Amino acid sequence: MRARATVQVLGVLGAFGLAAAWAGPAAAQDRSLTLCWAAWDPANALVELSKDFTTKTGVGMKFEFVPWTSYADRFLNELNSKGKLCDLIIGDSQWIGGSAENGHYVKLNDFFAKEGIKMDDFMAATVLGYSEWPKHSPNYWALPAMGDAIGWTYRKDWFSRPEIQAEFKKQYGRDLAPPKTWDELKQVAEFFQGREIDGKKVYGAYIYTERGSEGITMGVTNALYTFGFQYQDPKKPYHMEGFVNSPDAVKGLEFYKSLYKCCTAPGLTNAYMQEGLDAFKSGQVAMQMNFFAFFPGLYKDPNVGGDKIGFFVNPSEKVAATQLGGQGISVVAYSDHRDDALQYIKWFAQPDVQKKWWSLGGYSCHKAVLNDPEFPKSTPFAADFLTSMGMVVDFWAEPSYASLLLSMQKRMHDYVIADQGTAKQALDLLIKDWTKVFKDDGKL
Amino acid sequence: MTETSSLPFLSVGTAAEAPSQFAGRLRGLSDRAMAWLFIAPTILLLLAINVFPLLWTIELSFTNYRANRPNAPLRWVGFDNYASILSDSDVWYAMQATAHFVVWTITLQVLLGFGLALLINRRFRGHGFWTTVILLPMMLSPAVVGNFWTFLFQPQTGLFNTAIAFVTGSDPSSFQMIGDVGLAPWSIILVDTWMWTPYVMLICLAGLRSIPDDIYEAAEIDRASAWRRFWSITLPMVLPFLMLAVLFRGIENFKMFDMVNLLTSGGPGSTTEVASITLKREAFEKWRTGYSSAFAIILFVTVFGLANIYVKALNKVKQR
Amino acid sequence: MSVDAQSQSVLAPGPWSKRFAAAVVILYAGLAVLPLLWIFLTGFKTPPDSIAYPPKFVFEPSLEGYVNLFTTRSRQSDDYLAGLPPPTNWVDRLVRSRNMVIAGPSKFGQRFVNSVIIGFGSTALAVVLGTLAAYGFSRFRVPLADDLLFFILSTRMMPPIAVAIPIYLMYRSLGLTDSHLGMILLYTAVNVSLAVWLLKGFIDEIPREYEEAAMIDGYTRFQAFWRVVLPQAATGIAATAIFCLIFAWNEYAFAVLLTSGEAQTTPPFIPFIIGEGGQDWPAVAAGTTLFLVPIVVFTVLLRRHLLRGITFGAVRK
Repeated sequence: MRARATVQVLGVLGAFGLAAAWAGPAAAQDRSLTLCWAAWDPANALVELSKDFTTKTGVGMKFEFVPWTSYADRFLNELNSKGKLCDLIIGDSQWIGGSAENGHYVKLNDFFAKEGIKMDDFMAATVLGYSEWPKHSPNYWALPAMGDAIGWTYRKDWFSRPEIQAEFKKQYGRDLAPPKTWDELKQVAEFFQGREIDGKKVYGAYIYTERGSEGITMGVTNALYTFGFQYQDPKKPYHMEGFVNSPDAVKGLEFYKSLYKCCTAPGLTNAYMQEGLDAFKSGQVAMQMNFFAFFPGLYKDPNVGGDKIGFFVNPSEKVAATQLGGQGISVVAYSDHRDDALQYIKWFAQPDVQKKWWSLGGYSCHKAVLNDPEFPKSTPFAADFLTSMGMVVDFWAEPSYASLLLSMQKRMHDYVIADQGTAKQALDLLIKDWTKVFKDDGKL
Repeated sequence: MTETSSLPFLSVGTAAEAPSQFAGRLRGLSDRAMAWLFIAPTILLLLAINVFPLLWTIELSFTNYRANRPNAPLRWVGFDNYASILSDSDVWYAMQATAHFVVWTITLQVLLGFGLALLINRRFRGHGFWTTVILLPMMLSPAVVGNFWTFLFQPQTGLFNTAIAFVTGSDPSSFQMIGDVGLAPWSIILVDTWMWTPYVMLICLAGLRSIPDDIYEAAEIDRASAWRRFWSITLPMVLPFLMLAVLFRGIENFKMFDMVNLLTSGGPGSTTEVASITLKREAFEKWRTGYSSAFAIILFVTVFGLANIYVKALNKVKQR
Repeated sequence: MSVDAQSQSVLAPGPWSKRFAAAVVILYAGLAVLPLLWIFLTGFKTPPDSIAYPPKFVFEPSLEGYVNLFTTRSRQSDDYLAGLPPPTNWVDRLVRSRNMVIAGPSKFGQRFVNSVIIGFGSTALAVVLGTLAAYGFSRFRVPLADDLLFFILSTRMMPPIAVAIPIYLMYRSLGLTDSHLGMILLYTAVNVSLAVWLLKGFIDEIPREYEEAAMIDGYTRFQAFWRVVLPQAATGIAATAIFCLIFAWNEYAFAVLLTSGEAQTTPPFIPFIIGEGGQDWPAVAAGTTLFLVPIVVFTVLLRRHLLRGITFGAVRK
């Protein structure tokens, strides 16, 4: 019996070993590039767009798309280990400092000059946000690829029902319309919270609360910026006392928490873009905070798209502002295919390609697309997109951005979701954390 | 190495203390050389993949090194890293969260696992099949488990809340397992217990099967009550197995990362941020390599010390 | 696990006691398997059904999850779809009905192959090394044997993230990052400690007279090990292999930190399958189900040895 058992063990191990050998990897194309980005709707559009590049140059395109919650982790790890996985990378705007200073990206100034690619052809906010390091200096490490900012979607079909409109007017003394200020937004959200629509209980708003990567920071800042939060003293860099924790900033943070408490769907405690889409598509919420990148897909959605969906710009308070999203495309310094990768950027920068990019669902940053008089009317959200891109603010893009972000994630989640301390305390602690990071970096 | 090959058979039965005394006569290879031939590959592998990195970690823990800044000047910082870790309240909080998780998961798994093993050992019809069914959760990947429990814990659309609501008659979205500060630590305990109770059960079952029947028969003749049999025979005989199960689960859960990271990412706030998640954030997100090396060493020394004490106790139990 | 004569002694539990035990165990098994069953069923839902609110218990089965698991798709306009030749098979038809076309295979197949190579490769290596070392510790006087054994066990006490820091730096300079060999060596190193401990217990129990008799008959030490000891230890080897495989097959932290494109295994892939917008739960469920199959097959094939395997002979002595 024991001898048989040995045979069995070896047999089972062997059988699986054979299976492994048989299913060996497929042969790769001769010339090909790998492009790394996040797994989301625009990435699928880019796959489609890149087919033209392959047809024209014969260079095959491979893609490595990673979900947002592990995107930074995964690709920063890849860059730090000097990996050759990505030839081209569409890296997040905040990575630019670290990637420039540590030599992960190829500097593109000479290439741009040689090929006649002018940064003036791209919207200023995107060049500043996605390409420059140090900021406000003509040193380019990426070509603006995907313009993005946070906006809002709402259920137009619910908003337009006469009985709902009448009841809203009775309660609040004004017409039910897409909100322009945070107070209006909160009223609308309160109005829908717990209401029964088509036999289902629905909720007011969906907002970002994710803990693991950058979710809650991206959400909270939308309120903070508009209430008057600033990252630093404009006259004295890296001095944050009275700016990060100003009374206005405290009010903004308190507002975000009150919105979370009063008018969001239950279970919304660790949610980012994807959970928002799920909640909106399954008809749970009346309004959703999310990136413009998803709006083409939502507009096409069979259940909640078309006539049923409307869009609006991030509400204002003291100032008009919204959180910048979006990315530039860079060539990875460790790539073995630098020339082909640069050819891809050259191809991508052409106005015709940029126009097709927009038509497929990618947000071009090229003025040839954005300044076209037809552009605002091309989709229901195009005009809102232009407005939003005119008021974007970004998180720190310092080389230490990850440490700064992790602190903010912790402090915000502790206060908003886990109910610890006050808004003032949370922001004070944030200044303490950030000061420590800047001291370690020798900037303070 | 002795060459007292005159009494080869006396050593039988006490295998661990008594080495073989006849190996020396083999084809010129000395006993010691033979031993090394068998052991060396393992030791070499462990030296390369465990010991060398460990020593390197110790060295790094005294520096300000950051793996994402190869060009930054390397500075020797002495015990600064250790001092700042031990004075960091967030680290202490993470250690508490870990301790809470370890203590409760082990308690629940031991009670449930041992109970199930006792019942299965009654060998009812079909017990083999049901044992295999119960084992299923431990064959899953902890990361995958953490991921799909977020799906099950979804207040409106998830199975867990719906099932609880069905049983208790409450509203499924009236509670949030992973979003509530009070419930989140229990939700990770629940998932871990679901996953690993089978493991403890299996080890207990092995222990129960190892008790010779004649001991019970003797007790039967003495007319010992079932209760008495349990306390004076079953429990002491199974105890070494149970303690081993506790050792392995304890070590594993002290290191817990993947399941909790995917289930709660340490949230809400930092409620379920166990030590490994803090370590991951320091090491691979903030890239404070030196600092996190020091943290790694502190964790290692903690587990090593606790396990050492525990193994001594285990050996005492075994010798009884 | 057959019922042998011994267990039907005076101590055999009575019928009611058995029935009670069966009821409780089956109740527990039912509850424990419920989440898995739900995942299995979710694999056959459409994406909207999977996140239906309230959850759907009755639904029309669909293979969309499995199709989505193995393919990448892109959404197309109605005009474009109308211009395509008619779909040739059910997969195409299903994808077209969602206004999409198949863009290519997904990475699931490749990740699964990686899991097989790394999982079974490291298991085989750990079992071989572990058997040799366990035999060495069991049969020879090794200086400082107890310390060495504790040292071997202690290598399992490091949190994987802690080990990953220096391994990351080491692999980066050796070029082992994102390679099958690197991952096999790493998983072997983690598993070999368990293998040595488990197998030493088994080999301790095999009477050494067997080998001595064989060697008197003219076998060399190694022949005696191969022909006499190994077959006797088969049960232990089988159980050890199961435990090693469960670890290597399911490991996540090292895989996510040390591999990316080439050698990444399946666990870091499954939780991050994204559909349009949100997580594609049917595809996640399909992946979870398929990924569980090999390990269940392996365990069921070797299950007779499992229980004996973890008796940890060392405890029993």
